[in-house]
Amino acid sequence: MRAEPAVWTTGAVVLGGLPFLLSLFQVVQLTVFMAFCLLALSLDLIWGVAGILSFGQAAFFGVGGYAYGVVGINSGSTTLGLAGAVASAAVLAALLGYFTFYGRVGAMYFAVITLTVTLILHQVMGSTAGPRYAIGAARLGGYNGMTNIPSLALELPGRTPSVLEPVPLFYVVGGLLLVVLGLGRALVRSSFGRVLRAIREDEGRTELLGYDVRWRKLLTFVISGGIAGLAGGLFAGWGNFINPQVFSLSQSALVVIWVMVGGRGTLYGAIAGALVVQWLTNYLGAASVTYTSVLLGVALVVIVLIFPGGLVPAVGRGLGWLVERPRRALAVLP
Amino acid sequence: MDLAVVTAFGIVYAIATLVLLALGLAVIFGMMGVINLAQGEFLMLGAYTVLLATAHGLGVWVGIALAPLCVGIVGLLVERAIIRFLYGRMLDTMLATWGLSLALVGIVTLVFGPTTEGVATPLGFFTMGRYSVSYYNVFVVGVTLAALAVTYGLFNFTRAGLVARATMQNAGMVAGLGVNPAWVYMGTFAYGAALAGLGGAIMAPLTGVVPTLGLAFIAKIFITVIVGGPVILLGTTTAGSVLGFVESVVSYASTPIYGQVAMLAFAIVLLRLLPQGISGFWRRGV
Repeated sequence: MRAEPAVWTTGAVVLGGLPFLLSLFQVVQLTVFMAFCLLALSLDLIWGVAGILSFGQAAFFGVGGYAYGVVGINSGSTTLGLAGAVASAAVLAALLGYFTFYGRVGAMYFAVITLTVTLILHQVMGSTAGPRYAIGAARLGGYNGMTNIPSLALELPGRTPSVLEPVPLFYVVGGLLLVVLGLGRALVRSSFGRVLRAIREDEGRTELLGYDVRWRKLLTFVISGGIAGLAGGLFAGWGNFINPQVFSLSQSALVVIWVMVGGRGTLYGAIAGALVVQWLTNYLGAASVTYTSVLLGVALVVIVLIFPGGLVPAVGRGLGWLVERPRRALAVLP
Repeated sequence: MDLAVVTAFGIVYAIATLVLLALGLAVIFGMMGVINLAQGEFLMLGAYTVLLATAHGLGVWVGIALAPLCVGIVGLLVERAIIRFLYGRMLDTMLATWGLSLALVGIVTLVFGPTTEGVATPLGFFTMGRYSVSYYNVFVVGVTLAALAVTYGLFNFTRAGLVARATMQNAGMVAGLGVNPAWVYMGTFAYGAALAGLGGAIMAPLTGVVPTLGLAFIAKIFITVIVGGPVILLGTTTAGSVLGFVESVVSYASTPIYGQVAMLAFAIVLLRLLPQGISGFWRRGV
């Protein structure tokens, strides 16, 4: 915990230096990976810290992306678009959270309900082909998706907006990631975060100690939904495009896999997990969507059965054991 | 008059399909407490059994009869290979079966291709006034009633059902009385899978067969079983009736997509009011 300022400084320096070391293509790629990191972070906040598994993060991500597109196309302002992305995802999370947390729906049911909402959004957005389905000037476009979404632009008062080039965009997304990570860490370490961890460990006992868990869960869920919405907005602004695929089962699974690979509850782990998995997916050459889905599925089963604590922590422990063993062996010798 | 009868039958048929598809999950999730996200893929495998049977000249009926057997065996293997390590770890079960679901969709796509294959609907039509009704739809309602009756009878009036219910209540006591709970879990899971296979097979001529078939139903059937609550069969049937009614009425009035949205919204509000599900306050039973 004490080491965090050092971690921040290193993070900022690495982030600042990366564009000078990488090719333009890699910078662009890493930008979208960082948007995914935000999404992974949002799940880790609600799942890793508060212990509430939400399969709905992909839904918030997608809603954020669509909201960014709708607001961005209609108002011409991408800053407003991002605000709309965060707000709409947060509102959806608030609605869903109110009915489930205040209805005291069990944790398993909650997970299933969030998944259901995601799948239904997939079908609903898929059925919006045709010009009838438009919000203002923004066509929703059914399974083909929404196109012509404006790129993120720098909007300062009194100056004409200028579209961000890849490297400045990289800094913006990276900066947002660092800021959200910092705020998230602060939240986790605050007294509110302690109560969240107490809820994760034993909800009934936390209530008996006099904490109202319902609004705390709701608030955390709304924050987490907002972060996922921000990630979705950045994603749509990065690629100028969004389609219902973001609501698909494999996309929802991917978010969970990122966090599982990275290990739960630290927020750093989620980011590491997202980067590792996305890099691996790219490295494996994304041979075809079908193979990816088989690999993802098998990976999920294997991780659950063999490394329930997360892949990165398991590798860390394995390395620690390798270092520890010779040392112990030496200590015994004379 | 004809219109009223045909519409009423349409609603009954919608309810019947929902209950039939949810029945396997009611056993696996409602009774055993295993959140099996691969349940939709069990349906899909049932549908592919029918497709394979017709492709090899065995006919639709043989396919429908074989499907519960094949999918039951798949369920048995899945239970042995994955689920049995995860009893009591609900979240992990959920994630593992989710992985299984993705893998099964992927594998079936690799083997059979991503296209929708049709299976001709057997039986014919009969007319009622100006409307025609498919005999097959009547058959679906009949199969649903039969599957419900068989499952109800199996769990309530046979020794195997008694042992199964006892194991779900207190596995340690059952083990103490000389029955290996592992076998009971295995058998119950396989039975739930077989029911899913039957449901998928019945749906095959109606929806067409495609690797992502399960995705269209998984959300619906989970919501139905959750809303059903702790009295598994009657609760699921009641929930299926209520939700199927809402869905088909809204679908008639607008589009099937809005029907699903209305059903989901209705279910979430219902769970806010009755967090234990519809049967939460009933006397316990199957």
